[in-house]
Amino acid sequence: MSPSIFHRAVQRAAAHAPWSAAARRDTLLLAAGVPLSAPVLILLGLPRLWFVLVAFLPCLDLLSVAQRSRLRALRGLLIPSRAPRNAGWWGKVRAGLTWRQFLYHLVVAPLQTLGALLVLAGWGIGLVMATVLGWIWLMPAGAPLQSRPGWAVADGWTTLGGAALLFLTPWLAALLSRFEEWAAGSLLGLNRAELLQRRVEDLAESRAGVVDAADAERRRIERDLHDGAQQRLVSLAMNLGLARRTLKDVPAEAMRVIVEAHEEAQAAIDELRDLVRGLHPVVLEDRGLDAALSGIAARCPVPVRLDIDLSDDIAPTVEAVAYFTVSEALTNAAKHSRASRVELSIRQRDGRLHIQIHDDGIGGADAARGTGLTGLRKRAASVDGTLAVTSPHGGPTTITAELPCEL
Amino acid sequence: MRAVIAEDSVLLRVGLVKVLEAVGHEVVAAVGDAEELLAAVAEHQPQVVVVDVRMPPGFTDEGVRAALVIRRQWPEVAVLLLSQFVEERYASDLLSANTSGVGYLLKQRVANVDDFVEALQRVAEGGTALDPEVVSQLLIRRDTDPLRRLTPRERDVLALMAEGRSNAAIAQTLVVSDSAVAKHINAIFAKLDLPSADVTHRRVLAVLHFLGVA
Repeated sequence: MSPSIFHRAVQRAAAHAPWSAAARRDTLLLAAGVPLSAPVLILLGLPRLWFVLVAFLPCLDLLSVAQRSRLRALRGLLIPSRAPRNAGWWGKVRAGLTWRQFLYHLVVAPLQTLGALLVLAGWGIGLVMATVLGWIWLMPAGAPLQSRPGWAVADGWTTLGGAALLFLTPWLAALLSRFEEWAAGSLLGLNRAELLQRRVEDLAESRAGVVDAADAERRRIERDLHDGAQQRLVSLAMNLGLARRTLKDVPAEAMRVIVEAHEEAQAAIDELRDLVRGLHPVVLEDRGLDAALSGIAARCPVPVRLDIDLSDDIAPTVEAVAYFTVSEALTNAAKHSRASRVELSIRQRDGRLHIQIHDDGIGGADAARGTGLTGLRKRAASVDGTLAVTSPHGGPTTITAELPCEL
Repeated sequence: MRAVIAEDSVLLRVGLVKVLEAVGHEVVAAVGDAEELLAAVAEHQPQVVVVDVRMPPGFTDEGVRAALVIRRQWPEVAVLLLSQFVEERYASDLLSANTSGVGYLLKQRVANVDDFVEALQRVAEGGTALDPEVVSQLLIRRDTDPLRRLTPRERDVLALMAEGRSNAAIAQTLVVSDSAVAKHINAIFAKLDLPSADVTHRRVLAVLHFLGVA
């Protein structure tokens, strides 16, 4: 035996000594489990009382809650609850009624309780046995226990046995509490499929949060530009226009500069307006999707036929995605398709938004190549929507998108 | 001409006052919200008011609602609405009663002082001034069959007519002769089955009526 192995064995033994913190913690955990499953144990022991178990069924979930709380408080073990977060009472009870819960509460926990009683007995009996010599020695001289022949030897063995029991009990407690942690974790917690489902729910929630936050940020920037820079630019252009109109006796050279500055300012306003619109159009916020869509349709150089039928319970982020999808599709149609007409249809059906943009152009749009279309597809995917493009060479092109109305 | 200005952005309000005064109008009041606007109109009885659509406290369509009140209570006061964006429903609300002395322009149009002053003048004189973007939205919404019978040129002319422009102005914008414009207009009236009229805003009224606004 190498010194290091010996050293480690000593360390492990010390860690499980009767006075160690681990021994105290394990015993506490097991003892706390006794009142939770002792009633079950008694019920199981009674003959012909199985019908009581039926009344006991709805309590299973409460018991699970208590057991989880015990493990969290005494072990820091977080066992996720199986019930969906917003499930009502019945949903919670139903989630509790699985064979794994039954197995835990009706088999594992009672066995565990027996083990716990064994551990407690080990401590008690061990303590009494280990101190038996002391008790006898404390007795007044001539007491009957002391008069037995060879008592010192027999009771010496008893004391040794008690000490051994005291040293063995922590190991049993450690073993049982390990088993407890494992059993509770795998029977009261979630199985793999449930874990994955919970993870998907968490991810969907956090993604919705991120998408919303990005959208809110865009809106804030838009608002700042609109109320700040744009107003200033308009004011500047107005002043330049005024100067251009009222200053009569300035040199031609100076007037040319003023005129140029005025035109520059107006161009800057137009550019800023396009930029702001690309972030998040004000009209979308103030007047909703319908109004915003007629706005882009009106600005499209290709004649657009609108067919919009919307109620108003659409998440703002989804509205933004729909808006940009239509906007980009119309821009593409105007730039590349050589179309003479565009048909735009948006309908709301079964909680989903169906968008179709159809043009009679030359086709050849490819979602795999066109960065604009790829962006649109990603944007649709960010709210769990889909986007499909059919655009054979020679046309026509149809873009269909389907978005959920609520995130 | 006596004018009242309602615009919550101080920068633009000051600018508008300067522009109006520079072209010889008298700004009797410049206010920052709809309530003050109504009070100022009641007090000063101006010929024209320039109103921002979005104003405190709600920053939604306070200006439009104030404009509707003004048109109901003081029909002789001309109203020019300025908006961050075009929204044909505002135009419909505003024009549904009467198209004389009404204007609805994008806010950025004030940057082009000459156009703005010209539109204001037209409105004050009882005419109409609609932003080209408003008109194109109206045309899109009423994309009905008779409109499809129009040639692209005729659609351009119709759009300019709906903005409230005179034949001469249309001719200048499209760089064609006055008689060509007149010919297009007659063709439009024939195709849309509208009675011809020679006062500018009645022409607009006829067009808008066809478009389903008025």
